[in-house]
Amino acid sequence: MLGRTLREVSAALKQGQITPTELCQKCLSLIKKTKFLNAYITVSEDVALKQAEESEERYKKGYVPPYNATVVQKLLDQGALLMGKTNLDEFAMGSGSTDGVFGPVKNPWSYSKQYREKRKQKPHGENEETNWLIAGGSSGGSAAAVSAFTCFAALGSDTGGSTRNPAAHCGVVGLKPSYGLVSRHGLIPLVNSMDVPGILTRCVDDAATVLGVLAGHDCKDSTTVQDPVQSFILPSLTDVSKLCIGIPKEYLVPELSSEVQSLWSKAAKLFESEGAKVIEVSLPHTSYSIVCYLVLCTSEVASNMARFDGLEYGHRCDIKVSTEAMYAATRREGFNDVVRGRILSGNFFILKENYENYFIKAQKVRRLIANDFVNVFNSGVDVLLTPTTLSEAVPYMEFIKEDNRTRSAQGDIFTQAVNMAGLPAVSVPMALSSQGLPVGLQFIGRAFCDQQLLTVAKWFEKQVQFPVIQLQEIMGDCSSVFENDLASVSLKQ
Amino acid sequence: VVEHLERLALVDFGGPEAVARLERAVAVADRLRAVDTDGVQPLESVLEDRCLYLRSDNVVEGNCAEELLRNSHRVVEEYFVAPPGNISLPKLDEQEPFSPS
Repeated sequence: MLGRTLREVSAALKQGQITPTELCQKCLSLIKKTKFLNAYITVSEDVALKQAEESEERYKKGYVPPYNATVVQKLLDQGALLMGKTNLDEFAMGSGSTDGVFGPVKNPWSYSKQYREKRKQKPHGENEETNWLIAGGSSGGSAAAVSAFTCFAALGSDTGGSTRNPAAHCGVVGLKPSYGLVSRHGLIPLVNSMDVPGILTRCVDDAATVLGVLAGHDCKDSTTVQDPVQSFILPSLTDVSKLCIGIPKEYLVPELSSEVQSLWSKAAKLFESEGAKVIEVSLPHTSYSIVCYLVLCTSEVASNMARFDGLEYGHRCDIKVSTEAMYAATRREGFNDVVRGRILSGNFFILKENYENYFIKAQKVRRLIANDFVNVFNSGVDVLLTPTTLSEAVPYMEFIKEDNRTRSAQGDIFTQAVNMAGLPAVSVPMALSSQGLPVGLQFIGRAFCDQQLLTVAKWFEKQVQFPVIQLQEIMGDCSSVFENDLASVSLKQ
Repeated sequence: VVEHLERLALVDFGGPEAVARLERAVAVADRLRAVDTDGVQPLESVLEDRCLYLRSDNVVEGNCAEELLRNSHRVVEEYFVAPPGNISLPKLDEQEPFSPS
């Protein structure tokens, strides 16, 4: 190996025939053996080994995207600074951000003063490290990053609620734009007809600002609409008397926690007391939404995951017998159980003998679900108000007691039908639960009426004044983070 | 069916728990039968009423072979290297037991 040329050894490193550390050690050992030549005055062994380690990390990372997603590029073009990539459930499959190869995401509220004060059992006991809460998912890393003040905005994805769910659990705003408003170019597809990039911020105005940057036709994504882009500057509503809020009765399910339910009622009464019209509406096919999603999502996944064969990018297994054997082994190693489970389920539903009864049937049910929303909006309702999640964030140890599919079905229950219909929806934090944890409520708007939706959300946010998370204990002296003299800053438009 | 699915998906079940999980998923999916969908057209896209955007057929970007090849583990000059194709996976009973790494 040491006798090879630079190009040859570089190729060998790339192909994994030798690791940087192994190569480095070979060189170092030969340096020791040839000490008598007196060629070196200093041997920087430690430095070299450390660099070899770093080099190994770079090789391990494998995939380096050769292009930026449109939404990323748009933000960069506006001068945004990319702080990093956030953690998520593998391939966005999950509602806890617990099933990723980089490990689970911890909800910052686990470390908040508000939560810890309520727990009181063992204020500084050993329970703390094991009793942390899930961040929700699948875009939990993004929600946690925003919630912990590490950035001002984050991108997620939303196919069944993956942006809104963690937003509710982490006490931040999670926006799912209308399908077709924001480009999916560069967003790894899960369900092409439902996916959208999601936006996570600490306030509704910020979400609108980001949406203003991201929205618009992209010639690289033919599913983006060509309508002229509207402004997303939100007026400050003072009069809600012309507003009609719909409360879908089917969303009152037995599994809904009493606390979330009472906050939901409180929100409805708030609108009413301020003059808005609040009426009960019906979305009759709601209970079939999760089932429909199960079939459509897994079927699309079966197709979309087929590109991950290890040949052009990503993990690859060292099998030379046949292409199929290599693909099978690569995919077995590269995908976790959740992903493999969905691929197999999906393949089942699209087998020739099952296609009509499962896939096509689900597509028909999807139309019924979408029509439910159309009918409600046609009857004069402007915005729907629902819970985002069944309860506040649960401890990780609790969460993992059930399998991913069960947890996803529970986590997505209020958010998922929105993706079926392609409507815009936003989760806004309302108040803290009796445990000191955030509860968010969801507003659903008409297709492409994102600005109206956010205007209502902004009014609500101002009314409820959701408390700021207190993380001083773990952040040390970060008093500058919490200075609230922005009231004196005037925003030039 | 299990073998058929594994072959189609090129992903294996990895054990009886996964088969049980599939059975549960199918049982849940069966609940769709209760919905009356007579005369309902399948919905493929919520944007079905719009015309799909087609850009003009001109080459505007590309020429990035090097960047793309960089991500692959096995490359020879400008080719992705694949093991021989057209060889079916061995049948379940012919397979060697797989030990998870």
